[in-house]
Amino acid sequence: MVKKVSKIEVPSWDYSPSLESTSHIVLKEKYDLYIDGRWVKPHSGKYFATVNPADEQKLADIAYGNALDVDKAVKAARKAYNEVWSKMPGSERAKYIYRIARLMQERAREFAVIETLDSGKTIRESRDIDVPLACNHFFYYAGWADKLEYAFPNRKIQSLGVAGQIIPWNFPLLMAAWKIAPALATGNTIVLKPAETTSLTALLLAEIIDQSGLPPGVVNIVTGYGDTGAAIVNHADVDKIAFTGSTGVGKLIQKALAGTSKKVTLELGGKSANIIFDDAPIDQAVEGIVNGIFFNQGHVCCAGSRLFVQENIAERVVEKLKQRMETLYLGNPLDKNTDIGAINSKEQLVTILKYIKIGQKEGAEMYQPVCNIPAKGYYCPPTLFINVAQSSLIAQEEIFGPVLTIQTFRTVDEVIQKANNTPFGLAAGVWTDKGSRIFNLTTKLRAGVIWANTYNKFDPTSPFGGYKESGFGREGGLHGLSAYLK
Amino acid sequence: MIDSRAIDKVGVEERVARFQTRSIKNESKLQGLKMALSMIDLTTLEGKDTPGKVKQMCYKAHHLCDMHPGLPAVAAVCVYPTMVSLAKKELEGSNVRVASVSTAFPSGQAPMDIKLMDTRFAVDHGADEIDMVISRGKFLTGEYEFVFDEIASIKEVCGKARLKVILETGELTTLDNVRKAADLAIHAGADFIKTSTGKIQPAATMQVTYTMLMAIKDYFDKTGIMIGMKPAGGISTSKLALHNLVMVKEVLGNAWLSNEWFRFGASSLANDVLMQIIKSETGAYQSPDYFSID
Repeated sequence: MVKKVSKIEVPSWDYSPSLESTSHIVLKEKYDLYIDGRWVKPHSGKYFATVNPADEQKLADIAYGNALDVDKAVKAARKAYNEVWSKMPGSERAKYIYRIARLMQERAREFAVIETLDSGKTIRESRDIDVPLACNHFFYYAGWADKLEYAFPNRKIQSLGVAGQIIPWNFPLLMAAWKIAPALATGNTIVLKPAETTSLTALLLAEIIDQSGLPPGVVNIVTGYGDTGAAIVNHADVDKIAFTGSTGVGKLIQKALAGTSKKVTLELGGKSANIIFDDAPIDQAVEGIVNGIFFNQGHVCCAGSRLFVQENIAERVVEKLKQRMETLYLGNPLDKNTDIGAINSKEQLVTILKYIKIGQKEGAEMYQPVCNIPAKGYYCPPTLFINVAQSSLIAQEEIFGPVLTIQTFRTVDEVIQKANNTPFGLAAGVWTDKGSRIFNLTTKLRAGVIWANTYNKFDPTSPFGGYKESGFGREGGLHGLSAYLK
Repeated sequence: MIDSRAIDKVGVEERVARFQTRSIKNESKLQGLKMALSMIDLTTLEGKDTPGKVKQMCYKAHHLCDMHPGLPAVAAVCVYPTMVSLAKKELEGSNVRVASVSTAFPSGQAPMDIKLMDTRFAVDHGADEIDMVISRGKFLTGEYEFVFDEIASIKEVCGKARLKVILETGELTTLDNVRKAADLAIHAGADFIKTSTGKIQPAATMQVTYTMLMAIKDYFDKTGIMIGMKPAGGISTSKLALHNLVMVKEVLGNAWLSNEWFRFGASSLANDVLMQIIKSETGAYQSPDYFSID
C-alpha cells in the first residue's frame, strides 16, 4: 500500500508585494534649466508638471524652455566649445567622461527609482537594463576619447561644434547617455532636450555632470515641449542635430534642415519583424517574442511588433505564448516582481487603445490575459492579434505599445518579402536552429539591426540605427563616434 | 512520437535568470520555505551507510525541529535497497515515504537482470518509491530504444511504487540531450523525472531543471497527464530552493507545488530552510548548533 504523503495544502502561492524603497531619493519641487553650468529660471517663467504614470500623481514642476532659453544654451555651448572643450586633449576629456560614469554608478539606485517613477517602466528593467547600460555607454566612449586617430585611421579628427540633441521618453536616461557620451568623447558641446514627460533623470544627470566638474556650457539641458525642440533644430549656430523619436517629427526635422549645413542623424520609428521558423528552439523563441514586444510596455522603437510564425507550428507557438502571457505580472512598476509597468502617458494610452479598437474592427482575433489593472494610472494589458493580414492597419503602423500582430508564412522567400514590405527598417529577429538560414536572412532583411535567436539586446559597442523611414546614421560603437566628427 | 525540440542554451540561461530576479518576501517567503521543507527527500547514499546512520536520519525526517511545532515533515527518505526495510520500520506510523535507489545506482553499469532484481528487492522490502538510473552510455551512443525498454521494464517491476527516473544530466552534457532523455523517460512510464544521482557534477542546475520542466509541461499539454520533477544534488540553500519553486510555479503552475509532484533531493537543504523559517518568525538567525545534523 502506498501511504499518504505528508502534504501541506497549498491552494496557491503568490508573491507578496515587494516594493523598491523610494526613501533614498529626493525630488525637488521645481526644476530649472541647466545652462552654462548653472541652474537658471526659464525666460517665460513657465513650468509644467511631470506626473508618475503609475498613479497619476504629480512628481515635480519642470521648466518650460523657449527659443530665448535655447539661444542662451547654444551660446554657452559655443563659448565652451571655442574656449575649452575643442582645445582639450582627448585624454583629459576622457577623465570627465569616466568621472560621470562612475558617479552614475554610485547613484544607480537613485537613477533607477526616479526613472521608474517618471516613466512607468518597471524597476526590474530600469535597475537591470536602463541604468547599467547608460553607465556602460559613458565608460565605453570615455575609452575612445584619446584614441580617435586609431579609431579612424587616415582621417583628420575634427569635432563638429555644438550638437543639438532631442531624445524620447521611452528610455530617458539611456537615450541621454547614447547622445551625450559619444559627443563628449569626440570634443563637441551639447544642448540636450529631454522628452516633456520624462525630464527627471536627465536633470539628475545634469546634477552629476555639474558635480563632475565638467567645464560650464559643455553640456546644457533645456527642458520643454516640441517647440523647445524646434528652437534647437532651427537655431542657426547649431552644427548637428541628433534626434530619436517618431518618424513624423523626424520628417519635419529633415525638412527644416534642408538647405542648411547642419549634419543630422535620425533614429525613428519601426515595425520590426520577428520571424520564427519551424526548427526554432520553440520555448526560447516564445521568450524572445515576449521580450521583443512586451519589454518596456512595447515602448521600444525596435520592438518586434510583427510576429511571423511558420504555419506548421503557428498553433503551438500561439498557445505557448498565451500561456506565457498568463504568468506576466502587470501592476505597480516599483514592485520588483512586476513584468509590465505603466504606459508612459495618458496620450500614449489613448493612441494604443485606438489601435486595439482598429484591430478588433479589422476582424483579427484578439487575446489579452486576465490582469489586475490598478484603479489609478495608465495601464494596458499585453495584447495579441492573431490571424492578421499584411494589409491590416495594425500590422502596418507603429503602435508603440504592448500590442503584437501575428501572421503566418509558408516559405523563406515569402517571409523575407513580407518582413521587408514596410516603410520602416529598424530591426528584425530570426529564430531557427540552422546557422545557414540565419546568414541567408541577415543579408536579405532590410533592417539596421538583426538579432538571431534573441531579441532586444543592446550593447555600447554595437551600432544601432535604421533603414528607410526608420532613419539614418548609427549610434553606438565606432559608427556612433563617426557621426560626431567632420 | 517523441518530438524533442531544439534547445537554445543562451535563451535558457536568460529565462532562468528571470526566475532568479523574483523577489520573495514576507508571507510568501514563509509559505515557500514551509513548502520546500515538505518537498525534501532526505538522502543518504554512501558506501559507509550503516543502520545507525539510517535510523537517525529517519527520526529526523519526522522530527525536523521539535522546538518549533507546526512545521511539516519531509516528503521521504532516500536510501539504498539494503536499508529499505529498516527505514520502513523506523518510519512506521509517520507519513514519510521511503524511496530506494536501484538499477545499480549510481552508475547503472550492470546487466539488466541484476537491475530488475535490485528493483524487485527494494519493492519487496516495502519501498514506496524507486529512483532508477538510466544507462547513460547507451543513451550517448544513440541506443534510445534500449534506454526506453530499460525504463519500461523497471516500471513493470515497480508495481504500485512510484518510479523516479534519474537522467544524470551531468553526464549527458547538453540541454538537447537532457530534453531528449526527459522525453524518453516520460514516454517510457516515469512518474517522476530526476536530474542527478548527486555523485556527478554539475547536478541540478536551474538550466537543467528548467529544461526538464518544459518537457513535463509539453507532455501535460498534449496528454493531460502530470509527471513529477525532482532536482537532486547541489540545492543546499533556501534561496536556491525558492528560485526553484518560482520556476515550477511559473512553468507548470500551482498544481505542481506539492510534494506529490515536486521534490528536492538534498541532505543539507533542510537545516538551511529551518534556519530561514525561524529567522522569519523571530527576526534573528540562530546558531547552526540549534539544528541537528543527521
